[in-house]
Amino acid sequence: MTCGSVDDGKSTLIGRLLYDSQLILDDQLASLRNESHNRTTGEEGIDFSLLVDGLTAEREQGITIDVAYRFFSTDQRKFIVADTPGHEQYTRNMATGASNADLALVLIDARKGVLTQTRRHSFILSLLGVKHVVVVINKIDLINYDQQAIEGIEREYRSFAQTLGFKTLAAIPVSALKGDNMLATSARTPWYKGKSLVPYLETVDISEDKSERPMRFPVQWVNRPNLDFRGFSGTVASGQIAVDDEVLLSASRQPAKVAQIVTMDGQLQRASVGEAVTLVLDREIDVSRGDVFSHPGEMPEYSNQFQARLVWMSQDSAFQGRSYLLKIGTQMVPATITDIKFRTNVNTLEQAAANKLDLNEVGTVTIATDKPIAFDAYSTNALTGGFILVDRLTNATLGAGTIDFGLRRAQNLTYQSFDVNREVRGAMKKQTPQIVWFTGLSGSGKSSIANLLERRLTAQGKHAYILDGDNVRHGLNKDLGFTEAARVENIRRVAEVARLMADSGLIVLVSFISPFANERRLAREIAGDIQFAEIYVDTPLEVCEARDPKGLYKRARAGEIKNFTGLDSPFEPPVGADLVLHGAEHDPSILSDELYGWLKID
Amino acid sequence: MPTLDMSHLRALEAESIEILREVAASFERPVMMYSIGKDSSVLLHLARKAFFPSKIPFPLLHVNTTWKFREMITFRDRMAEQYGFDLISHTNSDGLRDGINPFDHGSSRFTDIMKTQALRQALDAGRYDAAIGGARRDEEKSRAKERIFSHRNAQHAWDPKHQRPELWRVFNTRLNPGESMRVFPISNWTELDVWTYIYAEQIELPALYFAKSRPVVDRSGTLIMIDDDRFRFEPGEKPCDEVVRFRTLGDYPLTGAIRSEAATLPEIIMEMQASRTSEREGRLIDSDSVGSMEKEAGRLFLTCKLLPILRPTPISPSGLASRPINRFSGF
Repeated sequence: MTCGSVDDGKSTLIGRLLYDSQLILDDQLASLRNESHNRTTGEEGIDFSLLVDGLTAEREQGITIDVAYRFFSTDQRKFIVADTPGHEQYTRNMATGASNADLALVLIDARKGVLTQTRRHSFILSLLGVKHVVVVINKIDLINYDQQAIEGIEREYRSFAQTLGFKTLAAIPVSALKGDNMLATSARTPWYKGKSLVPYLETVDISEDKSERPMRFPVQWVNRPNLDFRGFSGTVASGQIAVDDEVLLSASRQPAKVAQIVTMDGQLQRASVGEAVTLVLDREIDVSRGDVFSHPGEMPEYSNQFQARLVWMSQDSAFQGRSYLLKIGTQMVPATITDIKFRTNVNTLEQAAANKLDLNEVGTVTIATDKPIAFDAYSTNALTGGFILVDRLTNATLGAGTIDFGLRRAQNLTYQSFDVNREVRGAMKKQTPQIVWFTGLSGSGKSSIANLLERRLTAQGKHAYILDGDNVRHGLNKDLGFTEAARVENIRRVAEVARLMADSGLIVLVSFISPFANERRLAREIAGDIQFAEIYVDTPLEVCEARDPKGLYKRARAGEIKNFTGLDSPFEPPVGADLVLHGAEHDPSILSDELYGWLKID
Repeated sequence: MPTLDMSHLRALEAESIEILREVAASFERPVMMYSIGKDSSVLLHLARKAFFPSKIPFPLLHVNTTWKFREMITFRDRMAEQYGFDLISHTNSDGLRDGINPFDHGSSRFTDIMKTQALRQALDAGRYDAAIGGARRDEEKSRAKERIFSHRNAQHAWDPKHQRPELWRVFNTRLNPGESMRVFPISNWTELDVWTYIYAEQIELPALYFAKSRPVVDRSGTLIMIDDDRFRFEPGEKPCDEVVRFRTLGDYPLTGAIRSEAATLPEIIMEMQASRTSEREGRLIDSDSVGSMEKEAGRLFLTCKLLPILRPTPISPSGLASRPINRFSGF
C-alpha cells in the first residue's frame, strides 16, 4: 500500500509504476497524452497521476479521496496496490489499506520532509501490524538531488520509527516524475547505494509462516443440504486442520473429531491457512455461525471484556458507555466502550487522558461485549484479533480496533448456561446467594464473627458455609506458601471457590486475612454479578497481638514465621469496605448482630 | 501453453468463496447477477464451490433486454438445468411494450431503459437486499475505489465519498430498511486471472468467445454479428463470413467482434497477453455487470462512442513470459 500527504505525488508514483511496467495500453496512452496538455509532465509528456485519479471529484480537487486498488505485476511478483489518500480528512482510509497490506510505501515530499501526516501514517501502519515499510523520498529532482537534505530526512524518519516495530525499513530517494531510482539506479544520485524501488519491491522478504500458528477455524455458514449432511463452512484463519484432529468449540468447549474436509474438488486430508473448506464432524454438537474451532490446549481467549487500541473513523466521537455493534471474524455482538484509558498523540506517541475519541484519533480502551466472544491478541492473529464497531442506528462503520488482551473478569463468566441457575437454586433455599468477604489481621476476630453469623443463619433455616483461611490451606491451597505471589494465588483460588459455592445457592462467608487491596478487588471482580460485601474487621495490631489465639505472633516475633501480615508483610487497610467492624471495641457477638442487621438477610 | 500460477488463483478463489458465504449468511434475500459472460461463468463456478454439497442458496438474475445473442439464452438455460440453480429472467415490460430497441432509440437510451431501469425493477420486485455482481477493480478507474460490499441507499445510489471502510475480511453487512448491498466477490481478480482460472478449472463458456466463421458487417471498423432477422442493415451493407470471436458478450447489435483465430482457451490467453488494447474497446456500451448498469457517482453513461478496433499483434509464445499483462483500462 502507499500513503502520503496531499501532493506528495502518490498518484504520479503509481502511474509511473504502471507505465514502467508497460501496463498502459496504446488506446489509453493516446488519450493520456491529450489530457496531459497543460499539466506537469515527465520526459514522456504524460501526467501519470491522470492514470489513477478516477473520480471526477478527485480530478477537480487534484486529490485522491478514497482507497483505490491497482494491479500490476513484474516477472518476479504480482502486486495489488492499495492507494490510500493523504488528505487529512480521509486518514481513516489508510487504516483500511493497511489492514490487508504486506508492505507499505510511505511517501515523503523531499521539499517538505517528515510531516505530521507522515508520523500519523507510520503510527497507524504499526498499529495495524504492517511489518515492512519503504520510505519513498519523492520529488528529489525539485531539490537538485541534494544528498544532505535527503539523508537528513531519512535520519529523522528512522529515529521516529524506532519504536514502531517494523521488521524491514528502507529509504529510497526517487523522482516518480523523472523516473530516478524507479526501475534502475539513477546517475543523478551516485551516492545512493541501495536498490532502486521496483527491484527492491520485487526482492524484499515478506514471508511469514502462518501455517505454524495455532489453528483457528471461524464457522461462517452452516452447510445443511439435507438431513444426512451437516457441515461447517469457513476459511482457515491460521494454522492447519486435518482429518481425525480433535477440535474444540470456543463457546461450549465441546469436543469433536474432524471426520471429513469437504470441497467440490474432493475431500482433503488437511487444510491450511487461507483455504475455504467445509468441515464434517464425527458427532452431533451444537455449532452455529460465529463459533470458532481450535485444537485443545491452543484455544483462543473466550471472554466478554478486553483491552484494545481503537482507530476512530467517524465524525461522531466515541464515548464511554455508548453501545455499538462489534464484528470480529464472523461474530457480531452488541458492545460498549467501558473505559477510554488514554489517547495516543499520533505525532509524538505520547499518551494523554481522554474521555472521548474524535475522527482520526487513536485510543486505548476497554470494551465489554453483551456475550462472550472468541478472539486472539491482534499481534498473534490479525483475523481473530481485529474488529470493527458499527453504529446501531445508521449501520455506518465507526471505528476499527486491534485487541491487546482479554481482561480477567470476563474469563470468569459462566461459559454455558444451564436451565437450573443461581436464581432457581437460591429460590429453593429461600435466600439470596451471596459472598460476605471478611478481611483483617490475624486475631482481629474474623473467624469468631463469621462463626456466630453462620450459627444464626443456620438457626433461621438459611444455608451458609464458611471458607476459612487456615482450613483451606490444609487442602486446596496446601501447595502455597506465604510469599506475596502465593498470597495472590491463595486469594484467587478462594475467590473462585466462593463464586462456585454462591452460584450453587449458598451464602458464603469468607474469612481470610486478604491483606492486598488488589486481590480484594480481584475477588470482587471474580464474583461478577453475585452479591458481594467486603467486611473489614478493624482491630489494631496491638490488640490482635495481645490476643494471639493461635500463638502465631509470638512465633513470628521469634523469627519462626516469615512474611507475617502486620509484622514483616504489609496489610493494606481497605478504603472502600462495605462495612467496618471495630474488633477492639465490641464482643464478636455484638459485631455479628450488627453485621446481620446490615446484611438484611431476607 | 500459458503457465498457471495456481497458488495465486487458489488464493483468489478462497477469497471469493469467503465473500459469497458471507453474503449467504448475512442477508435475507440475496441474488446473483447472471449475465452469461465469462465473469458470470466464473462467479457461478465459485458459488457452486462455496456452498457444495448444498445447491446455490440464492437465485440467479438475468436482465434480458431481448437483444442478447440467441446462443447466450440457450447456454443460460442449459446451465440452469445442469447445475439446478434458480433462474429469474427479467425484462422491462414497459420498454418491451414501447418497442425500445438499439436501432431506433440509440444505445444509451436503450441501455438505460432495458438494462439500468430493468435491473432496478427486478431488484425492487424481488426485494433483494444483496446483489452479487462480477465487476472487477481492474476494469475501470472509478471501479478501483469500490468496496467489495458496496452500500446502496433506498434509491440504489452509490455514494463514493461515504463508503464504509473495509478492514481485514470484516465486512459490515448491516442495512436499514430499503437499503441494499452490491457485492463484488471477484473485485481483486484481473482479466488475465479470470481467463487462466477458466482454463485451470475447465469452466464452460458460450462458444461466442471462441473464434469461428460468423456472419458480420463492418461498421467503421466494428464488426457486428448478424444474429437474427431483426438486424437493420445500412444502405449497401451486406453480411460476410469472417473468423471472429467476442471479448465480451451482451446485446448483439451493440457488441463488437474481433478478428481472431483463437479457438481454444490457451490461444485466447496468449492472444490477450499480446494485446495492446483494453478489454472494453470491444464494447459499444458497457457490459452487463451490476455496477456498470447503474449510475456511477451520480452520473449516467451518457456517451457511447465507437472505439476503433486495434488488432492484436501476433506474438510468439516464447515472448509471453516476460510480457506484461493487460491490467488497466478506462477512459
